[in-house]
Amino acid sequence: MLRKLFSFNGGVKPDPNKGASTREPIARLPLPPQLIIPLHQHIGGTPRPLVKVGDRVLHGQRIGAADGNVSSAVHAPTSGHVVAIEPRLMPHASGLSSMAVVIEPDGQDQRIEREPFDWHAASPGEVRDYLRDAGVVGLGGAVFPSHLKLAPGKAGGTDTLVLNGAECEPFITCDDMLMRSEAEDILRGALVMQKMLAAKQVLVGVEDNKPEAAAALKAAAAALAHASLDVVVVPTRYPAGGAKQLIRVLTGIEVPHGSRSTDYGVQCFNVATALAVWNALEHGEPLTRRIVTVAGNVDRPRNFDVAIGTPIGFVFEHAGLKPDTDKLIMGGPMMGIPLPGVDAPVVKATNCLLASSPALFPPPEPELPCIRCGECARACPADLQPFELYWHSRARNFGRAQEYHLFDCIECGCCAYVCPSHIPLVDYYRYAKSEIWARERDKDAADSARERFEFRNWRAEREKEEKAAKLAARSAAKPAAKPAATDKPPAEGDTAATPAEDPKKALIEAAMARAKAQKEAVAAKNTDTLTPAQQAQVEAAEARRKLAADMVATGDGETTRATATADKPTE
Amino acid sequence: MYNSPYLRQNTSVRRVMTTVLVAMLPAIAVQSWLFGAALLVQIALASVTALACEALMLALRGRPVAPALTDMSALVTAWLIAVCLPPLLPWWTTVLGTAFALIIGKHLYGGLGQNPFNPAMLAYALLIVSFPALMSQWPGLNVGDFATQMDWVFGGARALDGVTGATPLDALRTGLMTGGDAAAVMRSTAFGHIAGAGWEWVALAWGAGGLLLLALRIITWHVPVAFVAVMSLVSGIASLIDPAQFAGPAFHLLAGGAMMGAFFIATDPVSGATTPRGKLVFAAGIALIAWLIRAFGAYPDGIAFAVLLMNICVPLIDMKTQPPVFGHKNGGAP
Repeated sequence: MLRKLFSFNGGVKPDPNKGASTREPIARLPLPPQLIIPLHQHIGGTPRPLVKVGDRVLHGQRIGAADGNVSSAVHAPTSGHVVAIEPRLMPHASGLSSMAVVIEPDGQDQRIEREPFDWHAASPGEVRDYLRDAGVVGLGGAVFPSHLKLAPGKAGGTDTLVLNGAECEPFITCDDMLMRSEAEDILRGALVMQKMLAAKQVLVGVEDNKPEAAAALKAAAAALAHASLDVVVVPTRYPAGGAKQLIRVLTGIEVPHGSRSTDYGVQCFNVATALAVWNALEHGEPLTRRIVTVAGNVDRPRNFDVAIGTPIGFVFEHAGLKPDTDKLIMGGPMMGIPLPGVDAPVVKATNCLLASSPALFPPPEPELPCIRCGECARACPADLQPFELYWHSRARNFGRAQEYHLFDCIECGCCAYVCPSHIPLVDYYRYAKSEIWARERDKDAADSARERFEFRNWRAEREKEEKAAKLAARSAAKPAAKPAATDKPPAEGDTAATPAEDPKKALIEAAMARAKAQKEAVAAKNTDTLTPAQQAQVEAAEARRKLAADMVATGDGETTRATATADKPTE
Repeated sequence: MYNSPYLRQNTSVRRVMTTVLVAMLPAIAVQSWLFGAALLVQIALASVTALACEALMLALRGRPVAPALTDMSALVTAWLIAVCLPPLLPWWTTVLGTAFALIIGKHLYGGLGQNPFNPAMLAYALLIVSFPALMSQWPGLNVGDFATQMDWVFGGARALDGVTGATPLDALRTGLMTGGDAAAVMRSTAFGHIAGAGWEWVALAWGAGGLLLLALRIITWHVPVAFVAVMSLVSGIASLIDPAQFAGPAFHLLAGGAMMGAFFIATDPVSGATTPRGKLVFAAGIALIAWLIRAFGAYPDGIAFAVLLMNICVPLIDMKTQPPVFGHKNGGAP
């Protein structure tokens, strides 16, 4: 069947460099002396540790429970003892540490008793919970908890499930090798996802530089004989493996930044995620291992089946790290992150470990002035004008950078790749984004500080008014109190409170109105030219702020007023 | 530590600028073959002046001199200035123009990438306003041997009207001003097949170099296509309305600086528009203004002033022609 393919603008064609690591099949890496399993390996809440130091854990045992729904569990990849639960170095450019469970394998690899889970009979909600507790997250690199994406969209059904096997980054071949060897189970996993999403069709996108993988998938699809399943070969062009770029190529839909593809009836998963879903549901295997490409400046580039938590240095030892390596990268050469050290572990996001040498990835040449040649704009898959973003970021003119859609940048690196002036363009965007985030944090902090201050002033004012009102009420009530002395004492409080209540209320309301007017007067006015999406965000933030202010004003005000009136009789 | 991408395409400013220089060679070769080697001397003069001014200004501004000197951008400016000027111009005029372009036009605005105006066109504008007589002394076909030409350039000897032929644009303007008919004027000896003895070959050589730039992706199609289209359109309409007063599209495209302007001047990325639609607007504006100046103005050719006038509009054009961002067109629908 010939399918009409669409294309996205821009993109580049770097040398794929995929030959070296695909010569040999995937090898299972032995267990290291120590496994460092970070609790937080996905987008969302950090799981709570379920074990303590000294515990013996079994292979497949949950060691971190999902914290809420936007989270995902983590598991022990083998049996052994927990020797530490402490912050450890993470595979992240920042060099920061994060809480990790350190396990010393005992070599027995004793498995946890598998609880049978009849996913055929289970409700979609139960399947999602099961996947959350099996720690299945997106294995393409973004590690978004998969169960969250496996619900039909608002419209009730998803039109298309896209399986991403494009793998466009140079050097990375883990998905390629997985598609070659596990094509059938990948597609079975996809069919389960299709059922959960109630999707009409499943499209598997594979770049045309992976003919073996495409052939394996096509054969598997033929064996499964599923009419709605189609393996589509797409042209090789970086970043065709970006979810939104692949969705564009396969369906023609352009999902804007800030929107979810589900809103457009499309959901996209990496092929390895589909396999993880299948393994979790069919075999009860939580996600404890993944395929990692080790490539670049190593003697034996290859794909390894690695236990999550294996220190990166241990993986590189097996591939034979060459001595002139100058840095280690997690991910590909276009979007990979520099690793802070060999002690950081392999995590669920680790698709590739790349050793760099000055010969392989020479340090960038000195930055020259931008000549506005427009190469970056021609290469940009998001149709941005990167050099304009660069000028504005460089000039710290962040408002203008946002007007030029800074936040639509996917940091794919195409612009910097083609820049004849060797400007590290993406670094400028990262800088601008982080500055904007920092300013927003500062603004939020300033806003809440101002709200606290205004409330404090309002309360001080109110207390003063109350005191004056109380004094006035007491002096007015004194002559009347004597004849009424034989009556029940509470009545005095009641009668005294009623006249005092009204001016008090009016004063409170006036103070609140003043505070509100003041707040409106100082509200940020840099929100004139906003896209609908930004407008919506702003409104949402305003609504939250208003809610908080209302809670402060009504809830807290009520209680203080109540205590004030309740105090009265005892006076 | 540096961040992704770690891969870089094998490209550089030097490579881009060198390609432009190479693409200029056909026109330079044809012109010096037909009109004498004085052009090569002028190119050498302008190059030396440009490199000297670049080095001086960089040193004064406290910037590293070597990388900027070797990026070839000063040479591109120098060559563009030299080919715009009459080759028999006294040497100091070329030096003055080039120095003005580099010092005022480039470095006082902040150097490479910062100049709002095309430096070569600034030099041309300065010289034609200051020395209109000198600037109109274009040699006829094979006028004078090399020694004579050098005497004009470096010695005190001045070219006489007899040896410097009027350029076709100039001849047309003079002919029309003295009450001639466009078609009749263009049949005179100053004109070759279409646009003037020899000049149409130079123009075609510029076009060939321009196609090379297009093929090597140094420039995009937008500027030359919009320029040629609008120039053809307005001159075509005008000559249909009044053939006695206005020359046709073929003449306007092959005479003067039209082809050079379309492929080498209006395509200057630094001072030109950058968005695809902006480039169309920018080049269309240049073609229109250039034709207006040619048809009604006091100067024979109008490319330089047209480019400078449109340079002023670039920020506005760029701002108003931003292409839609991925996912922000048609509400995301295919």
